[in-house]
Amino acid sequence: MLNTLIGDAGHLSVIVAFVAATVAAYAYFKAGRDRALGDTDAGWLRLGRGAFLVHSLAVVSVIVCLFAIIHGHRYEYYYAWSHSSNHLPVYYMISCFWEGQEGSFLLWIFWHVCIGLILMRYARRWEAPVMAIFAGVQLFLTSMILGVVLGDLKIGSSPFILLRDFMPDLPVWKTNPNFVPKDGTGLNALLQNYWMVIHPPTLFLGFALTLAPFAYAVAGLWKGEYTKWVRPAMRWTLWGGMVLGVGIVMGAYWAYETLNFGGYWNWDPVENAVYIPWLVLVASLHGLVLWQRSRTALRTSFVLVIATFLLILYATFLTRSGVLGNASVHSFTDLGLSGQLIIYLAAFVVLSIVLLVWRWKNIPISEKELTTYNPELWVFVGATVLCLGAFQVLFTTSIPVYNAFLGFIGIKSNLALPADQIAHYTKFQLWMGVGVAFFSGLAQVMWWQKNDKSSLTNTLTVPAILSLLGAALVILLVQYYGHKMDLVYIVLLTTALFGVLANVSMVFTLMRRKVSLSGGGIAHIGIALMLLGVLASAGYSNIISQNVSGLLYSREFDQTTNQDNVLLWRNDPAPMGKYDVRYTGQFWDVPGVPGYVDKQLLYRTADEYKTLARADIKRGDKVYYKAGDTVEISPENTFYRVEYKDRKTGEAFTLYPRAQVNEEMGGLLASPDIQKFADHDIYSHISAVPPVDKEKDWSEVKEHVLSVGDTIFLNDYFAVFRAVEPAHQTAGLGLQKGDLAIQGDFLVYGEKKQYHIHPMFVVRNRLIGRVPDEIEDLGLRLSFLNVDTQKGKFTFGVSTTQKDYIILKAVEKPFINLLWSGTLLMAVGFGMAIYKRRRETDAAVETAPATGTTVRPVQQSRQVA
Amino acid sequence: MKKTHIFIMAIIAVAIAIITSTAGDASVYVSFKEARERASEGNLTKVHVVGRLPRDGAKNIMGLEYNPTVDPNYFAFTLVDTNRIAQRVVYFNPKPQDFDKSEQVVITGAMRNNTFVADKILLKCPSKYVEKDIEGATASVN
Repeated sequence: MLNTLIGDAGHLSVIVAFVAATVAAYAYFKAGRDRALGDTDAGWLRLGRGAFLVHSLAVVSVIVCLFAIIHGHRYEYYYAWSHSSNHLPVYYMISCFWEGQEGSFLLWIFWHVCIGLILMRYARRWEAPVMAIFAGVQLFLTSMILGVVLGDLKIGSSPFILLRDFMPDLPVWKTNPNFVPKDGTGLNALLQNYWMVIHPPTLFLGFALTLAPFAYAVAGLWKGEYTKWVRPAMRWTLWGGMVLGVGIVMGAYWAYETLNFGGYWNWDPVENAVYIPWLVLVASLHGLVLWQRSRTALRTSFVLVIATFLLILYATFLTRSGVLGNASVHSFTDLGLSGQLIIYLAAFVVLSIVLLVWRWKNIPISEKELTTYNPELWVFVGATVLCLGAFQVLFTTSIPVYNAFLGFIGIKSNLALPADQIAHYTKFQLWMGVGVAFFSGLAQVMWWQKNDKSSLTNTLTVPAILSLLGAALVILLVQYYGHKMDLVYIVLLTTALFGVLANVSMVFTLMRRKVSLSGGGIAHIGIALMLLGVLASAGYSNIISQNVSGLLYSREFDQTTNQDNVLLWRNDPAPMGKYDVRYTGQFWDVPGVPGYVDKQLLYRTADEYKTLARADIKRGDKVYYKAGDTVEISPENTFYRVEYKDRKTGEAFTLYPRAQVNEEMGGLLASPDIQKFADHDIYSHISAVPPVDKEKDWSEVKEHVLSVGDTIFLNDYFAVFRAVEPAHQTAGLGLQKGDLAIQGDFLVYGEKKQYHIHPMFVVRNRLIGRVPDEIEDLGLRLSFLNVDTQKGKFTFGVSTTQKDYIILKAVEKPFINLLWSGTLLMAVGFGMAIYKRRRETDAAVETAPATGTTVRPVQQSRQVA
Repeated sequence: MKKTHIFIMAIIAVAIAIITSTAGDASVYVSFKEARERASEGNLTKVHVVGRLPRDGAKNIMGLEYNPTVDPNYFAFTLVDTNRIAQRVVYFNPKPQDFDKSEQVVITGAMRNNTFVADKILLKCPSKYVEKDIEGATASVN
């Protein structure tokens, strides 16, 4: 049944949200215009508040409508049809919501609404200017999902578009305009992962949080309040740094767990697009800290806070305009919003630059020169290193944009991203890591004490000596295990150790004074640990699935090429690194049964989600399904069981890397499985399987005439024909009274275990049907061809096929846990810093004089563009 | 000269170093003709080539060579670039599973002895968002 009401309600809500945002922006603007901060026009303010509340309600209504469409499987709507399907569990329906561009815009809008409501309640005198900016941003964002056509101009792409409006050329509309598809096309298999349920909201919350400091900074410039915005902006920046940082690592972890490029970070433009603003955000945080403590770096803070938000907008433009094209594996598809996105970006760039230029001379600066003994200097240098790192990533990631721009003005450009992106980025980012680790250690130590030559030497000697000793020890160990260590790696190792130790020593000192002061130190330890984790896991990631057969197959070249994948025949063990590895079959996930269930235990029916159990399915003593029961499975994913056994210690574990045959995505989607140890991970994924979309190639049928009790050889396996019995699994055959179904019972002795095989012989309506049975493990198929009742002889056809195999790649990732635990520490550090600042309200602003009038040169303007 | 100035100059120097180094690392999209010329000049830097897979009348891709049971790390195919020059390409990795369905292929690598050795294959598949048949759409008509 076609239901247009809910879509109309949703679309109407979008329009209301857009109009209300426009009204709110204008009203808040008028409320604060030409007045000092905190002095607002009550009438306009009321209107602004009312409009923003209406906007908020409308946004909630849009979300409710869209979710109702997805949840109710209303496939007459394009969004539900293209992102969801009947068999999708509810928690993945949530991810459907933001699989599409429109939904992810909606998510972003939603977080802005939440933050906007908090600000409306608590921002007090900042409310009018800050909310004017919030409402202005909402105006642009809601316009992206507006879906209104004015003449030739299409504004926004509505998530409520009907399938028939989206694909008007389908012939079905002519005969049946109310046609509704029975099922949707489903959620992208790679997004069916629990991280995809929480990673996008986290990331978009991070995005949204950068708007608050930006709004305060712009409001400060607008109202001529150059210093008082810092305190509230600081708290929002801390939240943003924590949420965005965690969100980025979550994305990395999802990629590590789900994608099979063999790592957690691929320098894909989409990843970079979030990494860049985060670096600048962290730099801006340090600028704000410098101002709060030493009344310096205010201009830097302005520029960086503003740059952070603009870079978020630029990231949005990169990933959503289609400009990346070939350059990225997973950017959104182009919805024709490029123009709108450019206007959005340009509007805020121009607004910010104009305000900055207009007010630049009035922003107070400090006239004192920083000396080597000022920690401020080193914090500043550290922030600069972050900005340079961000600039480097930005400059390379934007290569497709240069092409697009040159093409736009008529110059043909064939510039491409570096062929070896990882080497390219590592070359610079490694040194940024060195800088960050070193300066964070140094500045943190200096920050909490009075510095002169002797005190500094005193405090730095111990961590410095310890890190040199530690580094020397690690280098020895690394060489003992037969790896090389480049000079840059040694430098990064030493500085990261210094970063950890210097910060640890400071945290211990601070703990005695006041625990909550140590948030910064803890976050810095986290960062340094992350660097060590990256160094170990990426620098020393070790492919253990090297071809060890001794054969070199390459035809054209004599040189050894990388042989990073091994072929594993089913049930044949192969040596791999220090392990013996054996592939032992294909499994399915059966909801409700722990672990996975062997495909050979399940008999498929016409309904691909339903199978019949061939034997009891049990775990320990608990029987989940009895033989003959209908078992509901999740047929999309096949799990390939791979057993690892350490040759020396005998220690064994089993991995189930999965792969999904997916016509939509055009082939096989493989996801790794990871065995985690304290000091390393074993990461394995399937690189190829025998062609899945083709029928298997069976050998010609060989007939055997047998009596019960006979023994034969089937494809090198010894088998006993035990009995003929009434068939057990006749469901799905549609048998009626008077029909006959019998099956042969064979016991086959495989290499490792015995198999029962039951080919069926069916007589229905005087027609003979044969249902062959197959042992996948052995590549063997039996059909029950004929019955000779007189002689008591039975004819069976035997055919064989190539044995099943997988091609596997396995990688060892040393000390990757340092990366994840470092991230947690960083988040804890941010949390402590937020906690420490919880009571610092607007009212408590100090009256420290903004000294100095000397104009200090523009230091930070380099990365604004 | 004040310290600030030195600092600014250092920053500018690093920024310039980043820009020039990136310009040096940046690859280019070329045709096979140009890739061969580069190789014959001894220039072994990796390039990007965009091409299509030649198909026979039955829409099957011609010239694919992948026998995992012989060598799982050897995959060879023929790619026709935008100037319609065909070139044998070797990829020392398993065949990407969605290779058969891709319309456009971007490879990175360099020519070595008359063969293009690719180290990365980017596939442009018929997008999920492109119009397609809806299951059941024909069934419900009658």
